[in-house]
Amino acid sequence: MQFKSMVISNVEVSPGYFRMRMTAPQELATSAPGQFVMLKVNDAIDPLLRRPFGLFDVGTFSAEYAGCGTQCYCEVLYKVVGKGTRILSALHHGDLVDLLVPLGKGFDFGPAGEEKVLVGGGVGLAPLYYLAKELIARGDKVRLFAGGRTRDDILCITEFERLGVETYVATDDGTLGESGFVTQVLERHLGGGMRIFACGPTPMLSAVARMAQGHDVPCQVSMEAYMACGVGACLGCVMKGANHTEQTPDYRCVCKDGPVFDSFDLQWS
Amino acid sequence: MQRPDMSVALAGIEMRNPVMTASGTFGYGAEFADYLDLESIGAMITKGLSLKPKAGNPTPRIVETPGGMLNAIGLQNVGVDAFIEQKLPYLQNVNTPVIVNLYGNTLEEYGEVASRLDGLAGVAGIEVNISCPNVKQGGIVFGTDPCAAQEVVGLVKRKTSKPLIVKLSPNVTDVVLMAKACADAGADALSLINTLTGMAIDLDRRRPVLANVTGGLSGPAIKPVALRMVWQVARNVKLPIIGIGGIMNGRDALEFLLAGATAVQVGTASFLDPCAAQRIAQEMEQYLVDNGIGSVASLIGALEV
Repeated sequence: MQFKSMVISNVEVSPGYFRMRMTAPQELATSAPGQFVMLKVNDAIDPLLRRPFGLFDVGTFSAEYAGCGTQCYCEVLYKVVGKGTRILSALHHGDLVDLLVPLGKGFDFGPAGEEKVLVGGGVGLAPLYYLAKELIARGDKVRLFAGGRTRDDILCITEFERLGVETYVATDDGTLGESGFVTQVLERHLGGGMRIFACGPTPMLSAVARMAQGHDVPCQVSMEAYMACGVGACLGCVMKGANHTEQTPDYRCVCKDGPVFDSFDLQWS
Repeated sequence: MQRPDMSVALAGIEMRNPVMTASGTFGYGAEFADYLDLESIGAMITKGLSLKPKAGNPTPRIVETPGGMLNAIGLQNVGVDAFIEQKLPYLQNVNTPVIVNLYGNTLEEYGEVASRLDGLAGVAGIEVNISCPNVKQGGIVFGTDPCAAQEVVGLVKRKTSKPLIVKLSPNVTDVVLMAKACADAGADALSLINTLTGMAIDLDRRRPVLANVTGGLSGPAIKPVALRMVWQVARNVKLPIIGIGGIMNGRDALEFLLAGATAVQVGTASFLDPCAAQRIAQEMEQYLVDNGIGSVASLIGALEV
């Protein structure tokens, strides 16, 4: 659905990374972690298109001005990379943005009691926070493997720990946690009876998918892609399905069939 | 005051208002049913169909540009048979004319797709794409050579009893020449413009942004070009015209009517605002109300030069 949302807060949580909270329609209370929003940063024709953001958190609060009842909110975590996110980063409490929510298919939690392994690279941590919150609420044991180039790219780790998530960190330059790729840390911990949920740069997801296959661990990945519409119409955001060939095309829309996919269902070349 | 008459008729297709959804921007209709009332718009044009399913181009397929976007989807579609089997039944229950866009890789394929759609209930007309800039065969070859255009339009005309709309490319020196060729070959209406060929470059990587290198530019950035071409064709060809190009609101749409279009298509706007087509029809009506104009048809070609 389309919703005129008000910015509640917009905070730089790490250099170049912002966490924005805004009002959301009541329907979002039943959204699934992994689903996303398409956000129009202004009502001008430049930038023209909406921007997709995974839901970092969803909840309710009692607005002091509302007088009665509770108001649903959602949060996004984003990195300033271009014109759209630069405009977004300058928004303040009270500014309005236009949302399409909730979009796409979220994570499948799997059986309760099983160990859940979350793997995030940089801003790919965004949908994993909402997921961790829901998994912890179910009573699952959750471990998070967070990776980034440097310590500034490791986001909101304290928030994860506050939920009761056991966290492991790796940075390329060793400024926080272990030195190297997060997938190297992950590999040492993989074993039976667990389920992986990953979001981050495609090379990282590809490595995680390979590892999951090697260890025979079920794995879901949340993909990112350029998209214009978010509702399955423009076909700009497609990925190749596992059995895709030129003769028997099997393209999946990241927006509609995903953004969360079973890693075995995609082609990782 | 009485509500203004928003209806228009185009090549025998009766529409409740002049707003149609452009091919390739509205899926097969059902994708947008959650966001707008499909029975509030003038007509729907579905994603371009080919004889066989088409995979489309590698990614990245789209990129935003100032005031617009480039796409090189490559006409990915389910194929005409799957459309008839899986998509058309839903559309047959929607009380809005459905116009099916089609293209072929060869001359014969154009004819074959058209004949498979002929006689089907729920298909109000067909729109022939001779102007896709993103596929090697089909499309642009027929869209830039008047003789080839005449041949393909003539063939499709013989294969169909439905109203035949031909979608023109702006990537030509003289759009009027192309329009005349299509009119002579039996087109019942013309829609223009398709996207303008363009490209975007990633300076740091020294590579084109799109995997296809070039793509089709759409959005508000192309509206002035579209208006000019609609106006030129309207003055020189006696066929109803559907204006397309960067229409974002009711005022944009009415400008196309003044330039000579009988109806308009809304494309890129549906990507950023899924209920754009419905909203634009309402905004047009409001303009008529505000200005005491009784019928939208009275504005067609009413430009004072």
